[in-house]
Amino acid sequence: MQVNVAGVALWGPGLPGWEASRATLSGLSPVTEQREPLPVPALLGPAERRRTSPVVRLALHLAERASLAAGIPCGAISAVFATSNGEGALLGALLEVLARDNTPISPTQFHNSVHNAAAGYWTIATRSRAPFTCLACHDASAAAALLQSAAQIVTGGESVLCVCYDLPLSAPLDAKRPVLEPFGFALVLAPPGSSQPRALRVRYAPEPAEEAMWLPQSLALQPLARGNPAARGLRILELLAGGNAGRARLPMLDGSVDVEVTPCSTAPRS
Amino acid sequence: MKPVAITAYTLVSALGGTKAATLAALRSGQSGLTRCDFAGVNHGYIGRVAGVETHALPPPLACFDCRNNRLADMALHSNGFADAVDAARVRLGDARIAVVVGTSTSGILSAEEAFRRRDPVTGALPAAFNFTETHETYSLPRYVRAALNLRGPALSVAAACASAAKAIAHARELINAGVCDAAVAGGADSLCRMTLRGFASLELVSPAPCRPCAADRAGLSIGEAAGFLLLQRGAGDIALLGAGSSSDGHHMSAPQPDGAGAASAMNNALTDAGLKPSAIDYIHLHGTGTKANDEAEDAAVVTVFGKATACASSKGGTGHTLGAAGVVGAVIAALSIRHGMMPGCFGLDRPDARLRGNILTRTVDAPVRRVMTNAFGFGGVNCSLLFGAA
Repeated sequence: MQVNVAGVALWGPGLPGWEASRATLSGLSPVTEQREPLPVPALLGPAERRRTSPVVRLALHLAERASLAAGIPCGAISAVFATSNGEGALLGALLEVLARDNTPISPTQFHNSVHNAAAGYWTIATRSRAPFTCLACHDASAAAALLQSAAQIVTGGESVLCVCYDLPLSAPLDAKRPVLEPFGFALVLAPPGSSQPRALRVRYAPEPAEEAMWLPQSLALQPLARGNPAARGLRILELLAGGNAGRARLPMLDGSVDVEVTPCSTAPRS
Repeated sequence: MKPVAITAYTLVSALGGTKAATLAALRSGQSGLTRCDFAGVNHGYIGRVAGVETHALPPPLACFDCRNNRLADMALHSNGFADAVDAARVRLGDARIAVVVGTSTSGILSAEEAFRRRDPVTGALPAAFNFTETHETYSLPRYVRAALNLRGPALSVAAACASAAKAIAHARELINAGVCDAAVAGGADSLCRMTLRGFASLELVSPAPCRPCAADRAGLSIGEAAGFLLLQRGAGDIALLGAGSSSDGHHMSAPQPDGAGAASAMNNALTDAGLKPSAIDYIHLHGTGTKANDEAEDAAVVTVFGKATACASSKGGTGHTLGAAGVVGAVIAALSIRHGMMPGCFGLDRPDARLRGNILTRTVDAPVRRVMTNAFGFGGVNCSLLFGAA
C-alpha cells in the first residue's frame, strides 16, 4: 500500500514540534535535555483545557499541527487515533475508587476514561462529523495505526489523519507498564497521486522485526523509542526529517509492519 | 467498497452460547436478563453469561486468563467457529488471516481485583497480576490470534460501544486492501465494576430489566458477550455489504438529540453498499433503552428510511454488551437473513408513541434480504453495518 505524506507533527522530550525538531531528527543538532511543559492545543478554549486530560491535550495538539501542516481544516478528514495506555492515569484513579465498595465514581471521569476520549474531544472541538477510529495495540499501536490508515486510504481514496500518542501511567500501574516519557506524532496521509513529494509504502510482514530495524539512528533518541509505544515511529520521522529514503520495520507481535520511506528531495513542510 | 463473505459466525451472550439458543430466544422473546449480583453491585439487571467462572483457557495460554478472554474463548469454541477458521488457515496460510477485534474494557476486572489486593505498605499491585495479558486492550486480539494459531496482523479497536462494529468494518478494509485474505472480526466485553458502577453514576441504569423503545423505559441493563465473524474475500449468501461511520461532534456521553450523526453513519453505509434505503428489510437498532438514545436513533432512522422499515433492539434480551454490541448485531443480522425472521424487541407490548419508526414488538417470520445494524458509543462515535447476500 502506498500513501503520501501531506503533513507531520510531533512532540516529545527535547522535540518541541516538527519544524523545531527537524535538525535534531536528521542528526544535525544534538538532542537537548530541555523539558518543555506538555503542549496545549490552540483550538481548545480555557474551559475546555481545564476539562480535558493531558493525554487529550497532547493528541489534539498533534492532530491540529499535522492538519495545519497539510493545509487541511481541523476535523475535515477521517482520523485514526492510536494509543497503548489511552486514559491510563484516569483509569488508575477510577480503579482506586472501585477498590472500595459503595463509593460513587465520578460520572464525568467515567465517560472521560474511554480509550477514544481524545478522538471524541477532537470531533467535539472541531464540530466534525468525519469518522474516527481508535486503536489500542500495546507496543504495536503505531504499527497498527499506519497499517489501518493505509488500508483506509487505498480502499476509500481519501486522506486520513493518523495520531499516535502515549503518556506515562501513574502509580501503581506504572510498575506494570513502564512508559518513561510523553511522546506523540501525527501524520496526514493522502492517497497516492496527490501532489506530495514523499510517500510511505506500508505492508504487513509475517516476520519479526529486530530492534535494529526500528530504533532511531540517533543514539540519544533510542531510550525514548524503547520507552514509549508511540515513539516506535521515530525512525520514520527521522527519515522524513532528513529527506532520506529508508525503511523501518515496526514489530507487531511475531510479525511486523514494514514502512518504506521513498526517495524525496525535500522534507515535508512544517 | 467490495463486499466480503461471512463464512462462519459465533456468539455467546446472555441468550445462550449456540446459534440455536440465540435463535430460540429471539423467536420466543425470552430475555436473558437477571437481577444484578455481580462484584458487590446489586443495582438493576445484567445480561450475564453462564459458565464463565468455570471455563478454563488452554494451559499454554493460561497467562491470558481473565473473564474477557474466557468469554472470547467460549465463543471461539462454539458454533464450529474455531474449526472453520482452522480450515481457512490450512487453505490460505496462517499469515494471511488477520484478527481485528473490539473491546471497551478488556480484562479490567482483573485490574479491579488486583487493586483490592495492593501491598498495604508499598501500595504495589500483586506480582501475580498480569497487566499486559489481561487488563490491556491488546490482550483480546493476542489471545484470539494465539488460540487460533494465526500469524496475520492483529488489531484491537477501542472506540467505546462502537468497538466491535468498527473492528468488523476495518477487517473488510484490510481484506480489500490486500493486507490479508480473511479476518476474524468481532469483539468481547465482560461484566466488571467499571461499567456497572460507571453507567450507574451517569444514572443510565434501569432498575428493572431494560425495555428499549418502551414509553416508560428507564435506562439500560449492562450485559456481556463475545462474538466473531470469519470474513473472507469473495461472495456469499451472507456478506458484509457496506459500512458507514460518522462522529456526532456533540458530547462525550449524550447523543445528538436530532440523531444527525447517527443518520450520517446509516447514509454512509448505504452509499458504501450502493443501496437505496428501500433495499433494507430490517434495522437492528443500537436501542440501549435510555430516553436520549432511543429518541435520537428513532429520529435518525425516520430521516434515512422513513417510517415503514421494520426495526427493533435486542438489548432487552442480551443487555447492552458495550464494546461487543456491534458483533451481537452482526450475528443477529446473519441469523435473521439465514432463518427468515425479523426479531422484535424483548418485553415490549407497545412502543413509545413518541417514536415514529416501525418498531417490532414481536418477532415476525418473513424473508429478510438485507439488514442494517447500528452501534453508537461515547465520544460520539457511530457505526452502521449492512449485511445481505452478495
